[in-house]
Amino acid sequence: MQIHVSPDDGLPVYKQIFNQVKYLVASGVLTPGEELPPIRALAEQLLINPNTVARAYRELEHAGIVFKRGTAGTYVSDAPSPFARRERLRVLRQRIDALLADARHMGVEVEELKKLIDERDEIMRGEHKQKGMIHER
Amino acid sequence: MSVESNGASRPVVEIRNLSRRFGAAEALADVSLSIPRGVVFGLVGTNGAGKTTLIKHAMGLMRAQAGSVSVFGLDPVSNPTAVLSRVGYLAELNELPEWMRVEELINFTRAFYPSWDDRYAQSLRQNFELEPHKTVGALSKGQRARLGLLLALSYRPELLILDEPSSGLDPLVRRDILRAIIKTIAQEGRTVLFSSHLLDEVERVADRVAIINGGRIIQNDDLETLKSSYHRVVFRFGSAPQAMPQLEGYFNWQGGDRHWSACYRGDVEQAGKLANAEIVEHTPLSLNEIFLALVSSRGASRGEHA
Repeated sequence: MQIHVSPDDGLPVYKQIFNQVKYLVASGVLTPGEELPPIRALAEQLLINPNTVARAYRELEHAGIVFKRGTAGTYVSDAPSPFARRERLRVLRQRIDALLADARHMGVEVEELKKLIDERDEIMRGEHKQKGMIHER
Repeated sequence: MSVESNGASRPVVEIRNLSRRFGAAEALADVSLSIPRGVVFGLVGTNGAGKTTLIKHAMGLMRAQAGSVSVFGLDPVSNPTAVLSRVGYLAELNELPEWMRVEELINFTRAFYPSWDDRYAQSLRQNFELEPHKTVGALSKGQRARLGLLLALSYRPELLILDEPSSGLDPLVRRDILRAIIKTIAQEGRTVLFSSHLLDEVERVADRVAIINGGRIIQNDDLETLKSSYHRVVFRFGSAPQAMPQLEGYFNWQGGDRHWSACYRGDVEQAGKLANAEIVEHTPLSLNEIFLALVSSRGASRGEHA
């Protein structure tokens, strides 16, 4: 599991882990049923206090993102919860905000941007189709 | 775990009203702190703040002039053997006999500790790539620190005391030291006291943090509590103020022109507002920023605001 923490970030370290795992789940990098690394192992990997990892896992469990199977381990929850959807939308909103800021900066109107998004979408779909055809052969 | 038999509820280190003078200089002034079992306790402060003096008292290397020190419920000055056999110690200037070979020093040290774990010592030696036949004098600074760490850990002490362990060492050695701290606490019931001015390291591993400044403990809290009690608040003024802004509860003002920021301790939602400025944002602070704000605003603003 690729996680990075930076204690200098102001945001508490457990919260950084929480956010990143949440993101990895929402973006599908971590899939339902997948096991998270044991607390001690992640603490040693990230060089942080195991209590901090334990706290992050606890909060992830409360949020329904992961679940504990007895004392065996911590696993990514099954159903994509409404929470995961909310989280996906939150991530997208952030990206859109950044995009809008860039567009404004470059003097591109929102309408033009929307057209551009549709255009890109068509191109990407086209590429997918082509790839699909190659696979079908 | 049956650690209860030797007093799980009693703090491992208990210091009460400890004061120490060196001539006219006050090195420690009325210091009280207690370190519960199983906690990583970070002691932070600038050079000369009193960290090492405090640690030397906990090790029984200095006798309390006023106040009391107890480790495992014992006075470390009058019970050096009983206390030190359960304490692993690594200091910044760890003095090892230059002429001894690594292997000899390991064997020599082992003789003092009934709880010495040979297999653990060997695995540490291999991990640290310490060559048994090299003399201590021939080791690099980093390898000496690793050897010191090996000697401090191999009898699996109940209390690990590290005095500025990372000072002047490269990142690889610092990583080994951090890993050692993490492994020590992952084993139940072990306690760590370490001093450092590398605050990102403290923030990584500490459960509790005490900030010492001019021989006084000015802050002693859970790391989480400490971090959630300070914020930096950014103000935007309608027009640039004539002088540095002042507002009850805020300190460490920085900025200029229309944008100023200050630290606030407490619930930021309850914080006072300025009539001619709006709060643009407030952000949590890293331990480093909290430390700088607290230490640099001392003296400068002491008595200056209510």
